[in-house]
Amino acid sequence: MNRFLKKTYAALIYLFLYAPILILIIFSFNASKSRGNWAGFTFRWYLELFKDRQIMKALSNTVIVAVLSAAIATVIGTAAAIGIHNMKGLKKTAVMNLTYIPVVNPDIVTGLSLMLLFVFSNFQLGFITLLLAHITFNIPYVILSVLPKLKQLDKNLYEAALDLGATPFYAYRKVILPQIMPGVVTGLLLAFTLSVDDFVISFFTTGSGVSTLSIIIYSMARRGINPKINALSSLLFLTVLLLLIIVNIRSNNQNKKE
Amino acid sequence: MQEEHIINLVNVSKDYNGTEALNNINLYIRKNEFLTLLGPSGCGKTTTLRIIGGFEEPSTGDVLFNGVRINDLPPYKRKVNTVFQKYALFPHMNVYENVAFGLKIKKMDKKVIDQKVRNILALVNLAGYEKRDIDSLSGGQQQRVAIARALVNEPEVLLLDEPLGALDLKLRQEMQIELKNMQKRLGITFVYVTHDQEEALSMSDTIVVMKEGTIQQIGTPIDIYNEPKNAFVADFIGESNIIDGIMLRDYLVKFAGLEFECVDRGFAADEPVDVVIRPEDIQVVREADSPLKGEVKAVTFKGVHYEMLIDGNAIRWKIQSTVMAPTGAKVGLKIVPDAIHIMKKVTAQ
Amino acid sequence: MKKNWLSYPYLVWMLLFIFLPLLLVLYYSVTVRTEEGIRFTTEHFRRFLEPIYLRVLLRSLKLAFISTVLCLLLGYPMAMILAGNHFKQKNIMVFLFVVPMWMNFLLRTYAWMTLLEKKGLINTFLSWLGLSPLNLLYTEEAVVLGMVYNFLPFMVLPIYSVLSKIDKNLIEAAEDLGADSFTVFRKVIFPLSLPGVVSGITMVFMPAVTTFVISRLLGGGQFTLIGNLIEQQFLVVGDWNFGSAISMVMILVILLSIAVMSRYEKENEGGGLL
Repeated sequence: MNRFLKKTYAALIYLFLYAPILILIIFSFNASKSRGNWAGFTFRWYLELFKDRQIMKALSNTVIVAVLSAAIATVIGTAAAIGIHNMKGLKKTAVMNLTYIPVVNPDIVTGLSLMLLFVFSNFQLGFITLLLAHITFNIPYVILSVLPKLKQLDKNLYEAALDLGATPFYAYRKVILPQIMPGVVTGLLLAFTLSVDDFVISFFTTGSGVSTLSIIIYSMARRGINPKINALSSLLFLTVLLLLIIVNIRSNNQNKKE
Repeated sequence: MQEEHIINLVNVSKDYNGTEALNNINLYIRKNEFLTLLGPSGCGKTTTLRIIGGFEEPSTGDVLFNGVRINDLPPYKRKVNTVFQKYALFPHMNVYENVAFGLKIKKMDKKVIDQKVRNILALVNLAGYEKRDIDSLSGGQQQRVAIARALVNEPEVLLLDEPLGALDLKLRQEMQIELKNMQKRLGITFVYVTHDQEEALSMSDTIVVMKEGTIQQIGTPIDIYNEPKNAFVADFIGESNIIDGIMLRDYLVKFAGLEFECVDRGFAADEPVDVVIRPEDIQVVREADSPLKGEVKAVTFKGVHYEMLIDGNAIRWKIQSTVMAPTGAKVGLKIVPDAIHIMKKVTAQ
Repeated sequence: MKKNWLSYPYLVWMLLFIFLPLLLVLYYSVTVRTEEGIRFTTEHFRRFLEPIYLRVLLRSLKLAFISTVLCLLLGYPMAMILAGNHFKQKNIMVFLFVVPMWMNFLLRTYAWMTLLEKKGLINTFLSWLGLSPLNLLYTEEAVVLGMVYNFLPFMVLPIYSVLSKIDKNLIEAAEDLGADSFTVFRKVIFPLSLPGVVSGITMVFMPAVTTFVISRLLGGGQFTLIGNLIEQQFLVVGDWNFGSAISMVMILVILLSIAVMSRYEKENEGGGLL
């Protein structure tokens, strides 16, 4: 009985979590514009979605910003993690606190403060500011993914490489980097996902007609329901699901290895 | 002919943010010798090794290699290679790639590298293991790869940081013999760090006993065992009875309420001293045959010998003997002058 | 080895894009531009003390508080169920809880719009039952629902990760000493799970109190929260000084709640989210 109760409760919670999403996906194939009744199966909204130049432009913006910001954040963040790992005491604490600011700070504050900076310094809001903002909030997550790998590292590995004649640069490239690679890739995927997912910070830091998918969804949703958003949402949901499955399988494999 | 000193440490001190790890170390290492840095953990032996390897810089003092100062020379420019405590093999490379790592950096011809790797793997009894993953090797095999990886670079000095610490007893003893043979055959200087006194005694040409960042004694294994310079060395190298005594005059010492002849001299009259006597140097005799009498309190069979704890003249004596006296027996204890080692009290403590 | 310089590009970046912008917010919040130039003032903060704005702050705190409590009540049992051994595919069950967390919260919020609206699925269902349709969307309840829906996983996962680390021997030891299952929960499990509860509360309360999207989409602009106020000041009214002052208040609220929470947090294990 107790067991049955628990399973029922869990089922209800999962229903609560997933029903709205599933209904959204199902109704993205609904021929009628109304959400109340089912009027037959159609791909019409998906087709319209792909014909909508504004949405397609936003899609390409989203992907380009996500790829660029994730890549740049990964390079800066990985280097930073190595530097931070070698720091000690107060300096390390100070830098780590700085790293946690964008993680803890409300997105809206991060977004508007960046907007203030860009406007204050006469920087035209647009694609570049959007990219800079995304890199900024991505770097800490890369650092937080790479640091644990560095901590696990046998510190003698680096010394062993030097001992065998490797210059510090060669030792990092051939010995340290391959060892922390899983953390670097996790950081990269995380940054990519966060970038695709972001709305609030993008909303404040973009301008002059440069939109991301999130911004399009918000401005359409503010005006009410639109079946095209259903279609777009379904696609985004599946993309995020796929990314998460990849990340999870990767980290599971790593755990098995260790 | 003057002896060749391959490494000299001159007045080397090291401190980490105020904590002193090494205090004024002076040490020379002869070419082709097997030198062991021995001491309990925290004595500075690993720090000394790391200074020679180039992983630490001395705070003050100089490191000389073949007479040339190398304080600032980074590890990758030193003709020294290290076998690390936990081997530090590169997990993402196989055995061949690990061993060839140093040779590839030197941009050697691929055929030469092949040949060298093959030879060195044969030397450490790992021929045919080239393609194996590091993870698939046993501890002993990883140990051999680590040694091969260092030796293949033909270093002038090989540094070994407790390389056998992770192995079980039997394997450790086998590897001790193998390492010693290897060192003789290759004619390379070995600097070996361990806290295991037996290991140090059985392998070394020279032992450096360290404690709290200072050198206590440098000597051959036999010197150090038979003529320990102070109570710490005596106690650390094998077991000892250490008793407070008073040096009455040259060749006469008083302890346990009795006067004993000894072979030491040069102390002030009535100077308090430490008297050190090895457990195996005390003979158990009939009670009537010695003025020092005692009662056996405990007997433990240790395999080769019995270990007895005997209370006599308010001192608990530890004695090792192949002859057993049963618990409760009243016995006499006989100590010959040669067995009595007189040491200056360490007052600094 | 000294590799600190590798982090210098990052430090420069963060000073430029995190530290400096926050200083700018502070600067705008305490200055005013007049004809004679720029001078320091506390007028923006004083303006925030007017009842109309204080009500917004109170409403934000109230809705965030209600949502946090609801998340805790719904989430704690769920975390216990996940931490127990009730499912063969435990990893997948936990994974299913992680997925919504990573889904765009606009989508999650939007999904509820389609359910709650006048001609939405719920009202269609009600009229099919012969009942009159309800006004569900654009209510305060809808905003709370949106918050609970969005942030429930943030409550469940930290509690779950702490619960699943509890040594099973402790529970058996308590039972062995004569505790019944309720006593075991009250005296052993719950106290040990407190760090998870604390970080769960933090992780729900903070985004709930700062959101402007959920209240905009599900509240229809009638239930202005502090986040909406900030957004309006910056993007509609254009009063950056007042907007910055409200932002400083929000930062203060966040810092206060972190301070309060960290007092209860014995050891912050964080983690366990991926």
